[in-house]
Amino acid sequence: MTRPGASPKTEQLTPGSGLSPSGSTPERVPGTAKCTGAEIVWDVLASEGVDVVFGYPGGAIMPIYDAMHQRSIRHVLVRHEQGAAHMADGYARASGKVGVCLATSGPGATNLVTGIATAMLDSSPIVCITGQVSSSLLGSDAFQEVDITGVTLPITKHNYLVTRAEDIAPTLREAFFIARSGRPGPVLVDITKDAQQATTDAALPPRPVLRSGYRPDLSPSEASLERAAELIAAAERPLIFCGHGIVKAEASALLMELVEKTGIPVASTLLGLGAFPALHPLSLGMMGMHGEAWVNNSIQESDLIIALGMRFDDRVTGNLKTFARKAKKIHAEIDPSEVNKNVTVDVALTGDLHKTLTGLLPRIQRRTCTRWVEHINSLKGTASVRDIQYMPHNGRLHAAHVIHDLWWLTQGKATMVTDVGQHQMWEAQYYRHERPRQLITSGGLGTMGFALPAAIGARFAKPEEEIWLVVGDGGFQMTASELSTCAQEGIKLNVAIINNGYLGLVRQLQQLFYDNRYSATPLHNPDFVKLAEAHGLMGLRVSRREEIPDAVAQARSSPGTTVIDFRVEQEDVVYPMVPAGADLDDMIRRPEPGNEAQGTRQWTSGAV
Amino acid sequence: MTPQPPPRTFIVHVEDRPGVLSRVISLFRRRAYNIDSLTVANTENASLSRITLVMAADEREARLLEANLYKLIEVLYVEHATPQGQVSRELALIKVRASEETRPAVLQVCEVFRARAIDVTPTSMVMELTGAPDKIDGLIEMLRPHGIIELARTGTVAMARGPQSPLTALLETPPPGKAA
Repeated sequence: MTRPGASPKTEQLTPGSGLSPSGSTPERVPGTAKCTGAEIVWDVLASEGVDVVFGYPGGAIMPIYDAMHQRSIRHVLVRHEQGAAHMADGYARASGKVGVCLATSGPGATNLVTGIATAMLDSSPIVCITGQVSSSLLGSDAFQEVDITGVTLPITKHNYLVTRAEDIAPTLREAFFIARSGRPGPVLVDITKDAQQATTDAALPPRPVLRSGYRPDLSPSEASLERAAELIAAAERPLIFCGHGIVKAEASALLMELVEKTGIPVASTLLGLGAFPALHPLSLGMMGMHGEAWVNNSIQESDLIIALGMRFDDRVTGNLKTFARKAKKIHAEIDPSEVNKNVTVDVALTGDLHKTLTGLLPRIQRRTCTRWVEHINSLKGTASVRDIQYMPHNGRLHAAHVIHDLWWLTQGKATMVTDVGQHQMWEAQYYRHERPRQLITSGGLGTMGFALPAAIGARFAKPEEEIWLVVGDGGFQMTASELSTCAQEGIKLNVAIINNGYLGLVRQLQQLFYDNRYSATPLHNPDFVKLAEAHGLMGLRVSRREEIPDAVAQARSSPGTTVIDFRVEQEDVVYPMVPAGADLDDMIRRPEPGNEAQGTRQWTSGAV
Repeated sequence: MTPQPPPRTFIVHVEDRPGVLSRVISLFRRRAYNIDSLTVANTENASLSRITLVMAADEREARLLEANLYKLIEVLYVEHATPQGQVSRELALIKVRASEETRPAVLQVCEVFRARAIDVTPTSMVMELTGAPDKIDGLIEMLRPHGIIELARTGTVAMARGPQSPLTALLETPPPGKAA
């Protein structure tokens, strides 16, 4: 059969980073002489524009590590393969390029799993290259053998087992193309040791041969664009939802154009933060479980939702039965399987957001939403007064203060990486993210231990930028061994541990819904200052708000990674909160001033 | 209680590569669906395989499954067949007790169903029957009183009626599930 996809447009096929070897020219011209499978791996990486890989060697990937000599691609030696996958992910999220990690077979490969699943749930393009036992041993339970393609089947966009040297180049080419195109995602390439060692003279294919079943290049129909424009023109209380897809599609400028033309306010998902500038007058901030009440109430009152590159996750919608019942819904989404999955929509704009917005904008009439925006703004009043940030403080340290002061002291310009938990929600609420890729956080999988390795990855993507990672005392200890990587690689990061001595978000649920029974959430922590010093890094401790500026200044001026242990109020709760499964506007609100440690357990529905 | 949704037939045209079947089945597994019947084999094109899969699903589930099947790189086309628009057949081998006395009765039943005897021993017979799944169910019911020793069914294979193959159409236009 002729491949239906055999002759599509060239721009569909060309990998984004270019095909010619960049500064990192290999010693040999690929394809001109016999070379090993392992050498081909590096040739393809170089020609795909890869400048750094994160990995950990081992028996089954030794040929690839051996062939690394004399290559100009930088290799970062991690302390655990989970770190390698998160670093590749952090690199991808910060740069928009494909992140690459290497691991050996068996335990090396299985250690990648959490990182791969994290990338999958947040559509992050990474390519994981794993060594595998020789093909003659496949399936024999050989030493360090594990069926990693089987293991990662549900958590990769696609994966491969390569057993012949001549298949390596075309497979890796295809892997990069699949990882970065369409809805991006992780791709794993498992290469047997004999394939790495075998020689071949197969030339490096200039571009991936498109598989007939893979068609990432979707665009919405003219009819649905027309219908969307009609709905937008007719709506009185419209809202835009800004999701991660805006970041992935590099569509922030088009979103801004849409907002400037229509005056429609923008609510953001956690992963959409920064894709629309937080300080813009029409930016409402984060929606959903820990979104502000005025955002969630506006959603419930709106008559049109324009969801751009988000997937109506349960953390966003609350109870689906009551979610935005009055609103018609337009859903612009690149993955057809996300359309009508959680929320039934009136218009589906299936395709790349860049194309969708380019097609939509000329069809839209200039308009305003003044009364609607005034109404939303009127909802902010009392909620803001109850905000811990505006309360008189006694010098003690609340996490919200730390985040707010970090924002202030870094002039809002730092790239922020967070872990998962209370601190993540406070970061999302109190740092003002002004540009895409400014916030790097694990949304879909909620992976504790993500922040430190992801920040290391981001460091390589943005060598010039100030990077702060905000991390809880629990999550930090899951991957704290990567501090050693920071020290060895000479990496400059600023680590803010929000230390409350608890697994805070779980404790919060115990506090609110399990009668203060703190089952397995108190943490006995190491001395984080000494831990940093043990790695040859600087460690600081802050326990009063007055001490924040000095500590931050010291961290910023230090050439190496600095760890600041912020000892915050132990039983602070993230407010507001929509309990899991509750209606979106049925929120637990911020407590009365002066009562912040206890919080209000009173349920207030509806109006502020 | 919600009524059990009707059985649906998906015909999934895939590249013939190692691991493809488990990718397809994994989609159903992770949603905890029970598959009623599954048949897989090569087609007229050596590089393609055809999976016929029958399971109970409501309209919405079926649509989402189809969209998810299309996300698999090796899936070329998904036919979401309807009973009116398709022919479907299944093959069954039925080993049934049959003594000299009961053999004529067994053969008589089988003749009505156009089943063939393909093995006979003094105490048993193996019958072969091809037909729509409910016809096979009918024969099994009729033979049950005689004592079924062993039963092997292939599961449904299905094909859309008419002169077209969906893959012919695929060569000319993108499949509907892949476009907006």
